[in-house]
Amino acid sequence: MSRDADLPISHWSRLWLYCFGALILFFLIAPSVIVVVMSFSGSSFLQFPPQSWSLRWYTRYFESMEWREATGVSLKVAIMTTLVATPLGSAAAYAVNLKTLRYGNVALAVLVSAIIIPVILIGIGVFFLYARLGLNNTFTGLVIAHTALALPLVVMTVLAGLRSYDMDQERAARSLGATPLRAFIEVTMPQISLSIIAASLFAFITSFDEVVVSFFTSGGDMSTLSRRMFTSLRDEIDPTIAAISTCLIILSVILLSVAHLVGASRTRES
Amino acid sequence: MLSSQVNATVDGGLNQDTLRREARRETWKAFALLSPGMAVVCLAILVPIGWLFALSLFDEQGRPSFENYARLVEQRSYIQTFITTFQIAFTVTGVCIVLGYPLAYMLSQLPRRIAQIGLICVLLPFWTSVLVRTYAWLVLLQRRGLVNTWLTDLGIVSQPIAFINNFNGVVIGMTHILLPFLVLPLYASMRSIDKDCLRASLNLGASPIAAFWQVFLPLSIPGLVSGVVMVFVLSLGFYITPALMGGGRVVMWAMRIEQTASLYTNWGAASALGVVLLVTTLIILGLFQWRLGSRAAAAWNAR
Amino acid sequence: MSTLGAALPIRIRGIEKKYGPVTILQRLDLDVAAGEFLTLLGPSGSGKTTLLMILAGFVRPDAGSIKIGGDEIIAAPPHRRNIGMVFQNYALFPHMSVSQNIAFPLRQRRVPAADIVRRVTSALEMVRLNGYGERRINQLSGGQRQRVALARAMVFEPRIVLMDEPLSALDKGLREHMQLELRDLHRSLGMTTIYVTHDQREAITMSDRIAVMNGGAIEQIDRPEALYAHPRTHFVASFIGESSFIPVDIRDGVPWFRDAKLQTTARTSSSGRYLMSVRPEKVRLAAAGGDDGINILAGVMGDVIYQGDSFACSIDIGDGVKLTMRDYCREDTMARLPARGESIRVSIAASDAILVEAG
Repeated sequence: MSRDADLPISHWSRLWLYCFGALILFFLIAPSVIVVVMSFSGSSFLQFPPQSWSLRWYTRYFESMEWREATGVSLKVAIMTTLVATPLGSAAAYAVNLKTLRYGNVALAVLVSAIIIPVILIGIGVFFLYARLGLNNTFTGLVIAHTALALPLVVMTVLAGLRSYDMDQERAARSLGATPLRAFIEVTMPQISLSIIAASLFAFITSFDEVVVSFFTSGGDMSTLSRRMFTSLRDEIDPTIAAISTCLIILSVILLSVAHLVGASRTRES
Repeated sequence: MLSSQVNATVDGGLNQDTLRREARRETWKAFALLSPGMAVVCLAILVPIGWLFALSLFDEQGRPSFENYARLVEQRSYIQTFITTFQIAFTVTGVCIVLGYPLAYMLSQLPRRIAQIGLICVLLPFWTSVLVRTYAWLVLLQRRGLVNTWLTDLGIVSQPIAFINNFNGVVIGMTHILLPFLVLPLYASMRSIDKDCLRASLNLGASPIAAFWQVFLPLSIPGLVSGVVMVFVLSLGFYITPALMGGGRVVMWAMRIEQTASLYTNWGAASALGVVLLVTTLIILGLFQWRLGSRAAAAWNAR
Repeated sequence: MSTLGAALPIRIRGIEKKYGPVTILQRLDLDVAAGEFLTLLGPSGSGKTTLLMILAGFVRPDAGSIKIGGDEIIAAPPHRRNIGMVFQNYALFPHMSVSQNIAFPLRQRRVPAADIVRRVTSALEMVRLNGYGERRINQLSGGQRQRVALARAMVFEPRIVLMDEPLSALDKGLREHMQLELRDLHRSLGMTTIYVTHDQREAITMSDRIAVMNGGAIEQIDRPEALYAHPRTHFVASFIGESSFIPVDIRDGVPWFRDAKLQTTARTSSSGRYLMSVRPEKVRLAAAGGDDGINILAGVMGDVIYQGDSFACSIDIGDGVKLTMRDYCREDTMARLPARGESIRVSIAASDAILVEAG
């Protein structure tokens, strides 16, 4: 660590690099900052910095029946997806990690396949299938689809946790007389809990932010927040969306911090 | 002690049947843990896509044919969509390399603590909804958006510039969304480059510039490739940003699929488009021998 | 549950394990007496760890039988085998204190709380860690962790104890100290112990018997002294201690090296190609011509390697065969040492010439 930045190349000769890098970081972060600032604007006219400040867009968001409903649907679906995808994905990751299955790697490839398949394809495919099963515009339908989309991340995250975990611990517990279930609950789980927490956060945000599949398979009362935002954005730039976006940015900041804390405590452990 | 002889099977292996039974039971247990997740993936991914694939092999009258695929190479409008899609994908990937490589390089050279702050600026957008970020660009770039207001106020332009509803708008929005996918794996691979390699090359008489081109750059290529493949593949199937920032004038592959399915309800044609997109994606991934692994986790929201 | 007082014998028969086309263990038989300290010694890949894992129940063999005191346990799950195991990296639970770690097997067996406290205390006493009960695992040194692992594996009075290279993570001094401590613990408690290591010195120091494993089979099993003095195969002779090998032809029951007739007290077959195995410390510079029972070989002095308390030198006896000779560094031996390249004669007693199978 101490030998990190002591190559004989002066920081001055790299000034151009730092300027360019800072500019790109600005390019990455500025849009979010501007949206947050704009959400407190007092006028519906786009001006930066805004000439007057108010909470009117937040009031409008929270008072609108449609937006509130959509937020509720998104929250319910995301929570349910988290509750389903986390245990399912963790169980699958555990099974893959056991290496007792000959086709374990094939199973893993299937479980994470959603990550490489273009979402649009999943969107229309699920819509087409759900039309026959009567699952379009249903809570169940959304949760199933979102669970499938969240599984890759849950499986990968828990699997990464299990791979850095020493399976001898569980073997030791078993040799000391613990049943497989007790060995998992008393010894393995406390030690991979951080990965499981991270995995559940991934599952939540995957569902909450998902647009394309929701766009095809949800509507009416079951419209998710992201679906409503998407359709609304296609028509006009409604400043209410700035307020909603700010809430979503705060959500991602919270998740980022939790993920960071998880990562930090993991490095402390080792 | 004689019981061991009793347990012996025909070919002489002791307790072979019992052990086989136990092994089978263990396999079933692992399978039981795996199956709920597999069932969900089958229901929401494999079956729908398999069905689409089947649909693509039938024409509108329900007869088996390759008509849907033939149309893709015959109709000018489809060919135009492919060209547009690849143009955008290549441009976005190119811009991402130009912006992402120096950024990742800078971050990798900074002390870890400072680099962390820079990384937050990369991770925050990565974790923010694509819709939110696209909305931000709409606010900035639309005809009466912030950028045009600033430019006219400063007297640089008299007429608002058309930033969105065209090729450039789509490229700007997609670059912003996909840049982290290139920077994160690239940064990770640059961090893992042994600084002693650079010290050695300087010690052996290379100038700092030569050391960069002949030592650092080749060592960073694997990370760059995985980032590039990720960005390229994601841009081929991108839907949200082109749909919102293309103004209906820039039609990309995914939008074409959506339009064919929902506007014209021609499921056969939409499926054929989807199958070709999927196969193209898989071929690219296969070509780069992109291994699923920790890097796939970085692509957590491949939207 | 048996007590430590009544250690049980282990009878292993016909253990077979294949991973695909690779054979890890081939029809292995092994008997361990009650209260015995048996070491499985072999290089990595010899199957010793796999055998231990099979005993503990973590690896399922393709066939075979394991009986502990007459009970067949081959199909029993690990938690019903009642076998204590010490892992290579200890596998202590980092989220539990020392006491909680040691109490773990007792809690699984639903031992009453008061008994748990008493037994944990006495287990800590046994490994001389009184007062360490509330420490976290990461507050312990390597040697202390080792002791906690031992206490945890023995507190529930298992039928047998398995140890998988338990000392390999310790540095040399501590390792030698712990060898003696383990040995004493075994002597006082008398549990049947199977110990895995690749360190021949460790095996010799600690074991009642050593089973030398190679290629998934036991090459030889014997007391440490017997293994050293009478290795039966080339592998055992070279793995335990150092040996030089002289290729010999046996004609009419007499071994020949080139045109020299050699003597050995080892039993020989009437003909065939063998290797004569000689320990370096048994090779001596020959003063005068051969007595009965002493082999004399002509050779050329090679390099001398000084090793502090002793020195080793290689002697070329023709046909590219080199003998290693080792002796203590005393003034008289050092002074009489021939120069490099000098023609010399060495002697090997017939009783020190061991015949092993060639190959």
